[in-house]
Amino acid sequence: MSIFISKKTKLIVQGITGRDGSFHAEQMKKYGTKVVGGVTPGKGGSKVAGIPVFDTVEEAVAKTKANTSVIYVPPPFAVDAIFEAVSAGIKTVICITEGVPANDMMKVYPFVKEHGARLIGPNCPGLISVGQSKVGIMPSTIVKKGGVGVVSRSGTLTYEAIWALTEAGMGQSTCIGIGGDQVIGTNFIDCLEAFQADPATKAIVMIGEIGGSDEEDAAKYIKKYVTKPVVAFIAGQTAPPGKRMGHAGAIIAGGSGTAEDKIVALNKVGVPVAGSPTELPAALKELMKGAKRPAPKKATLKKAATKKTKAKKATVKKVAAKKLAPKKQRGLKKAASPKRTKKAKK
Amino acid sequence: MKIHEYQAKEVFAEAGIPVPAGKVAANPIEAFEIAEEINRPVMVKAQVHVGGRGKAGGIKYAENAESAKILAQSIIGMDIKGLTVQKALITEAEDIISESYVGIILDRVTKRPVIMVSPAGGIDIEEVAQKTPEKIFKLAVDPVVGLKSYQARNLAFKLFRDINQVRATTNILMQLYDAFWKVDASLVEINPLICNTDAKVIALDAKVNIDDNGLYRQKNIAAMRDLDAEITEEVQAREADLSYVKLDGNIGCMVNGAGLAMATMDLVKRYGGGPANFLDIGGSSNPEKVVAAMRIILSDPNVRAILINIFGGITRCDDVATGIVAAFKELNPSIPVVVRLTGTNEEAAQKILRSVNLPSADTLDNVVKKAIELAGL
Repeated sequence: MSIFISKKTKLIVQGITGRDGSFHAEQMKKYGTKVVGGVTPGKGGSKVAGIPVFDTVEEAVAKTKANTSVIYVPPPFAVDAIFEAVSAGIKTVICITEGVPANDMMKVYPFVKEHGARLIGPNCPGLISVGQSKVGIMPSTIVKKGGVGVVSRSGTLTYEAIWALTEAGMGQSTCIGIGGDQVIGTNFIDCLEAFQADPATKAIVMIGEIGGSDEEDAAKYIKKYVTKPVVAFIAGQTAPPGKRMGHAGAIIAGGSGTAEDKIVALNKVGVPVAGSPTELPAALKELMKGAKRPAPKKATLKKAATKKTKAKKATVKKVAAKKLAPKKQRGLKKAASPKRTKKAKK
Repeated sequence: MKIHEYQAKEVFAEAGIPVPAGKVAANPIEAFEIAEEINRPVMVKAQVHVGGRGKAGGIKYAENAESAKILAQSIIGMDIKGLTVQKALITEAEDIISESYVGIILDRVTKRPVIMVSPAGGIDIEEVAQKTPEKIFKLAVDPVVGLKSYQARNLAFKLFRDINQVRATTNILMQLYDAFWKVDASLVEINPLICNTDAKVIALDAKVNIDDNGLYRQKNIAAMRDLDAEITEEVQAREADLSYVKLDGNIGCMVNGAGLAMATMDLVKRYGGGPANFLDIGGSSNPEKVVAAMRIILSDPNVRAILINIFGGITRCDDVATGIVAAFKELNPSIPVVVRLTGTNEEAAQKILRSVNLPSADTLDNVVKKAIELAGL
């Protein structure tokens, strides 16, 4: 199993004759993805890496029975490409294009929802369901089959985390980049829900960054619905407010969207936040020792949030067992400070 | 992208929103001429991309043209929160009866434009949100249907009782909403929206932020960019198609990918250094970009060591290595440069780098530690 794409994925590539489109169409095909067609208006009838090219998505779908589309077309045409794919009946659309105006995204998003489709991105690296299918631009050399689901707002930072997991012998089920823009089709919660439901996924790594409140919302969701172990990394602790840090969505605006807020929110629900992406595997191993992340009850969590109340009210034995997760978090947070790390290494 | 108040008022005026008469002055003589033309008391308002201008002494009342000239003399050239005032807006002074707040932001959670109005205008809206949230009224507009008159009217009733003022405000909200879409704004704000002694509703201030991703189709707005108001290195970086933000530490960072660039900065701090900048060379590994990036980092006198961290996926390490060698030939940096290249074409990159013989590291954490060590921090 996996999330969003699998062996059943039949993919078309919108913008297949472009520089990026043609290169990645071939890469995806090499990985084993069923790339059944490509679309470039005016290039219908030609072939790219043995893949048939069509003039319209409608025609491509009719001839190939494609169910998924990946978009590599330039920003001025990307939203039109999403409309076209969804209108043609495609249910999973992955938009790689960076630089799509947010206002256009606000208009296409309700359309995607109305049609019961899923949009991933824009401005994302796509996803890999390891051993089954790859859609997008992630390097397949870094992944290894296993049980960790990885979800991230970033590209290369995700690769760093995946590589760290692979080196530590912790393979992945699906690795997905949801994109760094302000308005994106699939958010952390959608991915957490899917990973929770996916039997192949045993644990989850979540990589967030400054800007917006997607991580905070994810924390609330984890508290309510996620029983699998989750560890996180949040980038941008040193980012100044009011400055866009590369990604359109990575900006601290009006004092909200700071890394600190996100780390606090995640810690509160028993999600350890690693001090470096390379420490994610160790954090996950530590957390998995306790098997399932305890499904927190409201009362327990309130206690965990404030040390004092917790100490005073520690009475019932059952509660003691549930405190395990918050304790671990604190240990991790301390390890994140430079002094501790040096000591640990010595 | 941010634009100045006087430019935002041009956007508003074009949308039909009433704004006080005024023009921008680059020197005291121009200020005098504009004030004389207005022929009434004026406000002299510093044009800088930062809030709190009034508190900093950047907004002053002038009874006549002579006084406007004197005030412009002191305001133009003054420093507000580290930014030098280059221009001042000379605008008709209004007699204010009430001040409200009106704004539209792109809301990431609802993925809709959200209109916010508040009868508590003239002060920072974040302060209002914190202290008296009950005084803020919000509406998430369906972007497909658009803003309907009744919705705008309902919001206007939160600000005014007089039906004429409600009607005027309704119009302003509709026009503001249209302007939001027309210029690809991520934020439009009138703070304060005032009612003057003639019972007229007027946008006394104007703020417009533009979504950078929309700039390709906003030629008029893009031309409003004030290069003088921006940090030189950031302008140079944009011209070289690099994503760069200047910071105040002394470890220069060159990374591929925004998330990894932020994580690298965070680790610099974690291991006891301070990042001098955020710099993402982007996905395509053009060697020329590496040279441009190196030049920008080296132009910062605070930088004591440079760390290059590349995780090659789409970016090819050998291309980056070629860029590094070219940068060394051209710029001959006198400070230590530490390199970590991993991923696509890593071996080829190591061969290319032999000619410059740089200290290198194998992991993200190690390259950061080494850079800090070599910087002598």
